[in-house]
Amino acid sequence: MGLKRVIMEMQKTALYNFHKNLGAKFVPFAGYEMPIQYKDGIVKEHISTRTRAGFFDVSHMGQFFLEGDITLIESLEKIIPADLKNLKINHSKYSFLLNNEGGIIDDLIITRTEKGFCIILNAACKENDIKQISQFLTKNHKFFLNNDLSLIALQGPKSVEILEKLIPGVANLKFMTGNNFNYEGEKLYVTRSGYTGEDGFEISISNKKVEKLIDYLISNEVKPIGLGARDTLRLEAGLCLYGHDLNEKINPVEANLKWAIAKKRKEVGGFNGWEKIKNLLANGSEKIRVGIKPDGKVIARENTKIFSSNNNEIGFVTSGTFGPSVNAPVAMGYVKSKFSEIGTSIQLEVRGKKYGGKISELPFYKKRYVK
Amino acid sequence: MSEKKFSKKHEWVSLDGDVATVGITKHATEMLGDIVFVEVPDAGKAVEKEGQAAVVESTKAASDVYSPISGEITEGNKAIADDPGSVNTDPEGASWFFKLKVKDKGEYDSLMSKDEYDKFCKENPS
Repeated sequence: MGLKRVIMEMQKTALYNFHKNLGAKFVPFAGYEMPIQYKDGIVKEHISTRTRAGFFDVSHMGQFFLEGDITLIESLEKIIPADLKNLKINHSKYSFLLNNEGGIIDDLIITRTEKGFCIILNAACKENDIKQISQFLTKNHKFFLNNDLSLIALQGPKSVEILEKLIPGVANLKFMTGNNFNYEGEKLYVTRSGYTGEDGFEISISNKKVEKLIDYLISNEVKPIGLGARDTLRLEAGLCLYGHDLNEKINPVEANLKWAIAKKRKEVGGFNGWEKIKNLLANGSEKIRVGIKPDGKVIARENTKIFSSNNNEIGFVTSGTFGPSVNAPVAMGYVKSKFSEIGTSIQLEVRGKKYGGKISELPFYKKRYVK
Repeated sequence: MSEKKFSKKHEWVSLDGDVATVGITKHATEMLGDIVFVEVPDAGKAVEKEGQAAVVESTKAASDVYSPISGEITEGNKAIADDPGSVNTDPEGASWFFKLKVKDKGEYDSLMSKDEYDKFCKENPS
């Protein structure tokens, strides 16, 4: 018997060689070869983003465009619990794709465009997402995943000053809004958003021009940031990572993300899983996502079991790492709701030993968004 | 103090009489990245050659530290547990992990020399 050899073609972003020249270490991520870190390493990259500015190549994420008449909104609202009817052009919302049970198929940012919508999808989910969304679409709707575009996140307190010099006008954008701008004779789309808890932008730019943009950022001492620091930054900011903190079996109420379901949609419903979610909104869920701070230095990583102070198993960790800006270990996980109050003492089982910890407020690190 | 010897699991050992000092190599710290947690064994604990003796965690992952040599722990380096980042700065000096009373000096002799270890790292990159 021989081993069946499976050859997986790894995808690369337009900046792959650029990353290589910057000294990136690559890892396979969602079918892409992505930089986990550069020469500076995770902690320095993290601190650079918090104190100055960093750029992230997030081109592996799906940039999914939808166009159509008024019926497009009705179709999308069946699977997305945002108030799309009242979403203004160039405004963005954090939302989800929901299945019939109210489980989260993916979390996403949806932006109203002049012709319809743009949705940023997680790389690992994008193919299935499109399948799920297209079930609700009709021949009056056009949709396409634009692979000719790169997506660059520029994050950190100096982002606005640096990007404004290159693309005048971006400084006027408020958090979770975007607009078209001209750059090098091309149109690009910039939103004020991000995944780090810092002020910053996400720039959708053609693959042909992206290196030029990065050259500019590097010449302004913006550091390249890999997936490693992206994870420590988003966890300190209390933001979820799909496939870890969220999945198809978890609904927005359990995920402590009910704020992301539009008020009007909570009342009127009309989206996948509403019956279940309505019930959970009224009665609460059995388990809920919380922030967790170990008392000492021990790191409670994903799948660490959580126990009550009297040794009953009450949950598990879904993300855990060392938070360089908090200067302590931080984690998120799910516990039975009655143990979810801030300050509740818990125990974390790491390598067979139990360590003390507390349910903590999220985020661990205070946001600096420009509203 | 004797010359340093090295294991394939990227630990170093130096010998002073029958007490060995064990740490992780500079090469290991470069692979691990920023070290954020260290757990060292308590005095009195018996460890086997290639048995798990300590834990080191970086921002990326947790790894076991093995003892390249059998014996009884005489001291864990509490200073690195308090300041894990110091392991990145001086892994083959002040940031040793533990000391142990050696059972069999033959185990020390069978470890790699500096040159052999460097060659091993070059041939087994990861």
